[in-house]
Amino acid sequence: MRAGAESGRTREVGLERVLVTGMGAVTPLGVGARTLHERWCAGECGIDGGEGACKDFDPREFLTAKEARRADRFTQLAIAACAEALADAGWETEPGSELPYPPERVGCVLGTGIGGIATLIDGQDTLRERGGEYVSPLSVPLMMSNAGAGALSMRHGLRGPSFAVSSACASGAHAIGVALRMLQSGEADAVVTGGSEAGLTPLARAAFGALDALSPSGISRPFDARRDGFVMGEGAAVLVLERDEGARARGARTLGAIRGYGASSDAHHLTAPRDDGAGQAAAMSAALADAGVGGGDIDYVNAHGTSTPLNDRAETRALKLALGDHSANLPISSTKSAIGHLLGAAGAVEAVATLLALRDRVAPPTLGLSEPDAELDLDYVPGSARPLPVRASEPVLALSNSFGFGGHNAVLCLEGV
Amino acid sequence: MSTAVTTEQIETVVVEALESFGAEAELIAPDATFEALDVDSLDLAELSQIVHEQFGVELKSSDVADVKTVRDAVELIASRL
Repeated sequence: MRAGAESGRTREVGLERVLVTGMGAVTPLGVGARTLHERWCAGECGIDGGEGACKDFDPREFLTAKEARRADRFTQLAIAACAEALADAGWETEPGSELPYPPERVGCVLGTGIGGIATLIDGQDTLRERGGEYVSPLSVPLMMSNAGAGALSMRHGLRGPSFAVSSACASGAHAIGVALRMLQSGEADAVVTGGSEAGLTPLARAAFGALDALSPSGISRPFDARRDGFVMGEGAAVLVLERDEGARARGARTLGAIRGYGASSDAHHLTAPRDDGAGQAAAMSAALADAGVGGGDIDYVNAHGTSTPLNDRAETRALKLALGDHSANLPISSTKSAIGHLLGAAGAVEAVATLLALRDRVAPPTLGLSEPDAELDLDYVPGSARPLPVRASEPVLALSNSFGFGGHNAVLCLEGV
Repeated sequence: MSTAVTTEQIETVVVEALESFGAEAELIAPDATFEALDVDSLDLAELSQIVHEQFGVELKSSDVADVKTVRDAVELIASRL
């Protein structure tokens, strides 16, 4: 694996390590990356009434009245997560402050599955009830899926490439993968990246419900025999990625590294994964190869684990395909058991949760898993967190899986400190 | 309708609109510039909608392009009544 990866495409250009120097998150467990990590590991669940809402998030703590009305909730969540991530990285967070790199060398890549759906619905309601002349001129700039990336770029003066990435529930992971490539190719010295979603609307509930994707019981219990669908959540996570050389030069604190990224497509069905897990396994194998490691080097997997009957079965098969016998020997858990499915934000939020778990050498639990499914026979860390066994001389590594409607698979290989 | 609308009424609508856009209330005065109030083209597009709804006056973006102050806006609206 290692030799093959070294001779592969991504090794030929002498890739530099890409470090994570800052992280921020707003999730149904509260505001803050550490809040997410600590509460999840303590077995707390942020799901209430069948949804994972960010009830503790008050946009007025982060935005002026003018800024708040110029941003859909998905953008507001991204702005808050970004403020935390930049502060965590030791960057100035006041809008317009000086950056540690030339502004044109700092990019912004933000994933979202839907974008400003609440704004879209408001505009449609106005159109229907009052007429087209009353539809707000803010509708388009708030609803567009790149609004979050644009807002972060403008707020912090990030003048490098900035754009949105959209691949449904894999968006957050794809965004981080694209940011990794941007740094490896030398297109940027730092990239502010992550994902954001705020889709808790009657339309999204009805639409996902019509697909039988949402849990009728309102319980997220990935890999459990009784799992009956995902629980929709909202939130955002932002990571500051820097090239190793630049981070060292400015004396940045390291929180981990994005070691590898692999993406694939099922090319199979609009919503269902391939039942054999082959597409998902291909993305995992690609991430391992990109990182230059083998499946046996992985210490923990943060599963996509949606709590849908189809995903959790296919993902289990994919883990066995990609990791072989080692899949039975490592802890695998799902953040969605604690916060629900944050759709386009999920990959980014889960990358943050994974890096913090690696740092604390803990395997967070899959909450609500108490009735094993006979077909799903891996170690999903049911019930409560436990220490993560690691090999003393080796870097501590994890895979973070994200798979989206449309058959989009994105996997990150993350290294903890 | 137009004869019943006073300059004061127009001013009230404009000031309330600017406040709703997030402009600082204590800074809003007839000679305050939109630049100082951080009022931009998107705000003016919203203001045009409100003016249309309240007074039936249609303002295009080209009409408001030269509007620099609160007084300019009020006078423009009054001239179209």
